[in-house]
Amino acid sequence: MVSSGMKRRDLLTLIGTMAGSAVMYQAATSMGLAAETTYKGPIKLDGNAKGASILILGAGVAGLVAAIELRKAGYKVQVLEYREKAGGRSWSLRGGDTYTELGGFKQTVGFDKGLYVNPGPWRIPYHHRAVLDYCHRYGVALEPFNQVNYNAYLHSAKAYGGKPQRFREIQADYHGHVAELLAKLTGQKALDGTVSKEDQEKLLESLRAWGGLDKNYAYTASLDSSNVRGYEKAPGGGVGGAPVPSTPASLTDVMQGGLWRYLGMGLRDEFQSTIFQPVGGMDQFPAALAREVKDLIRFNTKVTEIHQDDHGVTVTYTDTVKGGAPQTAKADWCLCTIPLSVLGQIKLNVGAKMANAISAVPYEAAAKVGLQFKRRFWEQDEAIYGGISFTDLPIAMIGYPNSGYGSPGKGVLLGTYVFGTYAMEFTALPPEERVKRALAYGAQIHPQYAKEFDNGVAVGWHRVPWTLGCHASWTEETRAAHYQDLCQVDGRIALAGEHASYITGWQEGAILSSLDAITRLHQRVVAA
Amino acid sequence: MTIRKTFAVKAAGLTALLTALYAIAGATLPHPAHAQASDASSAAFASPRHFGQKDGAALYQAICQGCHMPDAKGATGAGTYPALAGNANLEAAGYPVAMVLHGQRAMPPIGEFLDDDQVAAVVNYVRTHFGNHYSDTVTVADVKAAR
Repeated sequence: MVSSGMKRRDLLTLIGTMAGSAVMYQAATSMGLAAETTYKGPIKLDGNAKGASILILGAGVAGLVAAIELRKAGYKVQVLEYREKAGGRSWSLRGGDTYTELGGFKQTVGFDKGLYVNPGPWRIPYHHRAVLDYCHRYGVALEPFNQVNYNAYLHSAKAYGGKPQRFREIQADYHGHVAELLAKLTGQKALDGTVSKEDQEKLLESLRAWGGLDKNYAYTASLDSSNVRGYEKAPGGGVGGAPVPSTPASLTDVMQGGLWRYLGMGLRDEFQSTIFQPVGGMDQFPAALAREVKDLIRFNTKVTEIHQDDHGVTVTYTDTVKGGAPQTAKADWCLCTIPLSVLGQIKLNVGAKMANAISAVPYEAAAKVGLQFKRRFWEQDEAIYGGISFTDLPIAMIGYPNSGYGSPGKGVLLGTYVFGTYAMEFTALPPEERVKRALAYGAQIHPQYAKEFDNGVAVGWHRVPWTLGCHASWTEETRAAHYQDLCQVDGRIALAGEHASYITGWQEGAILSSLDAITRLHQRVVAA
Repeated sequence: MTIRKTFAVKAAGLTALLTALYAIAGATLPHPAHAQASDASSAAFASPRHFGQKDGAALYQAICQGCHMPDAKGATGAGTYPALAGNANLEAAGYPVAMVLHGQRAMPPIGEFLDDDQVAAVVNYVRTHFGNHYSDTVTVADVKAAR
């Protein structure tokens, strides 16, 4: 055990110093600290970099983290970035911003001051230790992101007459009926021989508490069930203070209604509490990283060729603002974080294995729509503070702002966040049509939409000029055939990004991939 | 295959997983409630797992123009979506059929979201519009064989 005079972290640091990070990781795991992550704490690139130079392609979070760490380790670092600013897909849209997507469709965001939408990543789970560590180290203020809101809605156009249901009621009714059924089976001795008598007694006790069952182990209109699903008339004060129980939906309605499908998402590891968001927009995270290395980044730079030989790497690029003849940048090594959807089109002399891997991974379609309303009616009228409503309409969900609660002014909702065929159809529409669709569908859940709408902005990820898609879409087959080939250092070139991780679509995957790639590159440099 | 592939989609793609679950549960019929939000093509936004449009022009407008653009001239950013207008690669009909079904690099495979007749319709449309004049027709059997 850890002695009382020493904090666990101190001991871990001591173990790490004395025995190396692998032992530290084992120790951390045995203390229950690190089992949910492969992040080993701040990277240590020990050994002499011998003045080596490196070109980093892309100033998203993978490239930024690499730039920070490699400069610290003694490398001469240059970063080339296609966009006019750092962050890549880690991006926020605010009032006054303009966004021109592929095809030249231009939108000017009309949100009020302080309001924003994150077209890309919007959540940081507590176990994304690498992202959180960099947030903490570089001063990114965080606030809670509500994934599960019991008072938000679950909705299907085909269930409950199309009327949105509160998450709380659907979950209570699903749990309640399951608990009652299991209690009945227990009472009918169906579990005898499988479950001991003592365990059956505990099971019944737990089912009653978990399911909100009455004293007869039935899920009925009672104070027991209302204590979970909410009341017809809530407990109050004074002469009219007595509560009136609500009436649960029938087992058939619960099962056939299908809204139970949405109950599992928040139970998954990725979406369990606590989840964070940077205060003021997700782009505050890459902006903080970029402040550390802003002198190293060349913006508005489109890479057209990556060439390596025995002596180094030469990257050819054009300036997307100034134009002019192609220019070149040279270094001993190259870390390429360009999305595969783009990299697959860039001339690159790597071996067949890496080339095939680059070509094998398509990118997901995704669409998001941000909608500004004249007032925060979801709070004022419906007591929904943050979190997400889910629907089987093509908008898939409505995300409520997780900050600014009770503000008297305007508010911005995430009015669509969808993948698959619906995302492709949203992307194929002009931006203003996407907003109209999001409004028409969302009004089926919030009728206030029609009266309160102010303005909106819509992003279809296949039209985002710097990625041509949302995130890498691996299958079991393509992982087996190509993933390791993608992650190997090829000569003087290594790839990094969410596409080179098993946490695709998350910034954590991008950072873990980047740290792994620069560790292996650095080993080569030190050994050379 | 389809289901397993969807389950391999991680993270932000969990929404895709959820929408896939509706399909597994058989809820793939168009929603009557969508009518109020639909344009002239009531087949738009028919299902989270399958496109509802039948004719080539409607399919092009619902899917292809997201990247290849309404005028089929493509677009260029950090990478490029090639023009389909006047594209000599369309001469061999098997090429666009394979691209639609299986994808290649930045082009995602969309065969799982389309019936054979829809693939044939959209390929025939592209090969006879936007300055393309290929008179041989792709059949449903051609598509089936290419899956």
